[in-house]
Amino acid sequence: MRLQVNKDFIVGLSSVFLGLVAGAIFMAFTGNNPFEGYNYLFAGGLMNLERFGNTLAMATPLILTGLSVAFAFRTGMFNIGTPGQVIIGGLAATIVGLTLNIPKPLLLSLMTLAALLGGAVWGIVPGLLKAKFNVHEVVSGIMMNWIAYWITYYLVPSYFKGSFETESRHITQAASLKAEWLTGLFKGSYINLGIFIALVCVVIISIILKHTVLGYQLKAVGFNRHAAEYSGINVNRNIVLAMMIAGALSGLGGQTLYTGYASSIQIGVMPSQGFDGIAVALLGATSPVGVVGAAFFFGILQSGKGFMNAMTDIPSEIGDTIIACIIYFAATSVLIRNFFDGNLFRSKKGGK
Amino acid sequence: MWSVIVNIFPYAVAFAMPLLITSLGGLFSERSGVVNIGLEGLMVVGGFASALFTVAFYPSLGTGAIWLSLIVAMAAGALFSLLHAFASINLNANQVISGTAINMMAGALTIFLARTITGSGNVQLRMGLPRFDVPGLVHIPVIGRLIFRQTYGTTWLIIGILALSAFVLYKTAFGLRLRACGEHPHAADAAGINVYRIRYIGVLISGAMSGLGGATILVTYSGEFSGSVAGMGFLALAALIFGQWKPLGVLGATFFFGFAATLANSSQAEPALKAIPEVVLKVFPYVVTLLALVFFSKSTQAPRASGEPYEKGKR
Repeated sequence: MRLQVNKDFIVGLSSVFLGLVAGAIFMAFTGNNPFEGYNYLFAGGLMNLERFGNTLAMATPLILTGLSVAFAFRTGMFNIGTPGQVIIGGLAATIVGLTLNIPKPLLLSLMTLAALLGGAVWGIVPGLLKAKFNVHEVVSGIMMNWIAYWITYYLVPSYFKGSFETESRHITQAASLKAEWLTGLFKGSYINLGIFIALVCVVIISIILKHTVLGYQLKAVGFNRHAAEYSGINVNRNIVLAMMIAGALSGLGGQTLYTGYASSIQIGVMPSQGFDGIAVALLGATSPVGVVGAAFFFGILQSGKGFMNAMTDIPSEIGDTIIACIIYFAATSVLIRNFFDGNLFRSKKGGK
Repeated sequence: MWSVIVNIFPYAVAFAMPLLITSLGGLFSERSGVVNIGLEGLMVVGGFASALFTVAFYPSLGTGAIWLSLIVAMAAGALFSLLHAFASINLNANQVISGTAINMMAGALTIFLARTITGSGNVQLRMGLPRFDVPGLVHIPVIGRLIFRQTYGTTWLIIGILALSAFVLYKTAFGLRLRACGEHPHAADAAGINVYRIRYIGVLISGAMSGLGGATILVTYSGEFSGSVAGMGFLALAALIFGQWKPLGVLGATFFFGFAATLANSSQAEPALKAIPEVVLKVFPYVVTLLALVFFSKSTQAPRASGEPYEKGKR
């Protein structure tokens, strides 16, 4: 088991390395100096306390969406509905934050609860459809994303319109996850209390997966649905539960995004943090701790790419390109595994 | 109500065509046993290739450049789909993950290249394809005004490909082999069919057709490449399931989506639709898809081996 974990780690690192090489090739191909580009990219994410705080703020929703995808994946479900869950979670939190006028600790707790419930509702639908009617969760997840997108698109301007047509009113200081001491500690960066929500979730999910009956059953369903059913595990119940928890995690991600990192909800944008969560989960080998590492790495790329774009001619989309390449290399990790096992090109054999 | 239908029909058809051809591409891939959720990304690649080619050659070739750009888009889509084919056929990778990687890569890489080449993430066409009334046929009572009025050339091209695909799938040896690989690859292998080759062809066809789908959006109603097709590829995937993996079913499903989406988009212009809240119309296609998927779940006709890597030694 220990060897397995180390192997996942090596495969993850190799995927990152290959992704960075691919990014370097694209930079060189378009007439830029890759070393200079990467220098600015990483400097932009890590150079001082403020930028480091921004990186953590970028990583916060990614930890939660990554955890969401990873958790569902353990039960054999592909949660591609994360963007919709992020929107609805963020919308629920924003609505509570804009409507209630109560002391900050109480308000934040209620907003967290709203985000949790909103995301859970959006996650439970694909779960129920899969369990009861065997509807593929990828398609139903995508449909739920667009339903969330359009509901927000009409709801926000009608009831919570801000100074622009495309965004909601800004939430008050009391409703924001930003805390003065934390912002001050990181020299005025975007970092907020969301990072603690994310880390608490990482701990809770680790405990659920490793030390509870529920976690054992969820993993059993993921490993072999039929064997789990034969041994008396209620497969359908576990699928619904896994999707509900996954949805709740993404919903919290929405709260940290729209009422922590930002202070209003934008309409007409599918949050990229949703699909990036898939990348985070894969790179983190669907383990909670791995997810934190992967989210931090993607946080660097996301917060550093603007700086790189400002200092060089390299378009900032290179960051997303690198992330996409990393996922592709993670998906084709059989090649990397075989390379380390010394039997390249004999992928058909498999085996450990 | 009739006049509303007559008014929006050409728009509904124009909207349905890219969906139809992409869905049809997905059909070839899934029928050969490879799930391709990268359709969305492949459409983006096709649109990108077509936009670049048209912008470069329109001054010298005119409308001919637009038609040639469709072929370029198909080639680009097919080339990009090789990534998915390699991962899912040779490496037994998780096909859903590989498809997701295709989607993300296409969106980011095309904008990256567009910015590098043209200096902007958006590529605009000076001219799209012209609309025309089909001579003679447009005067047929009832259906003439619906089907043959204000059509694009690409519509007839895509309908032609649909007919050809149905013929190839059900009346040729290749079609039989393709379907066999998606149902029972081991039996197909035992009968002397090269499963890997057939699956490669299936994925490549899906790449080419999705590329054409993305290019069709560009040269007909959008006229601008912006690095995204706003979920059309996933809608095509839903249409594939809705249409039960059959060419005619897919035709019906995509027409339904075309109608639903056009109704929502034209609700402001049509007084008859103003009474319905816009959000209901926008959400309608997606909710109905969910309901349809539930309804069809009992009698699903999914290719049995779709999504499963083929391993020779495994029984």
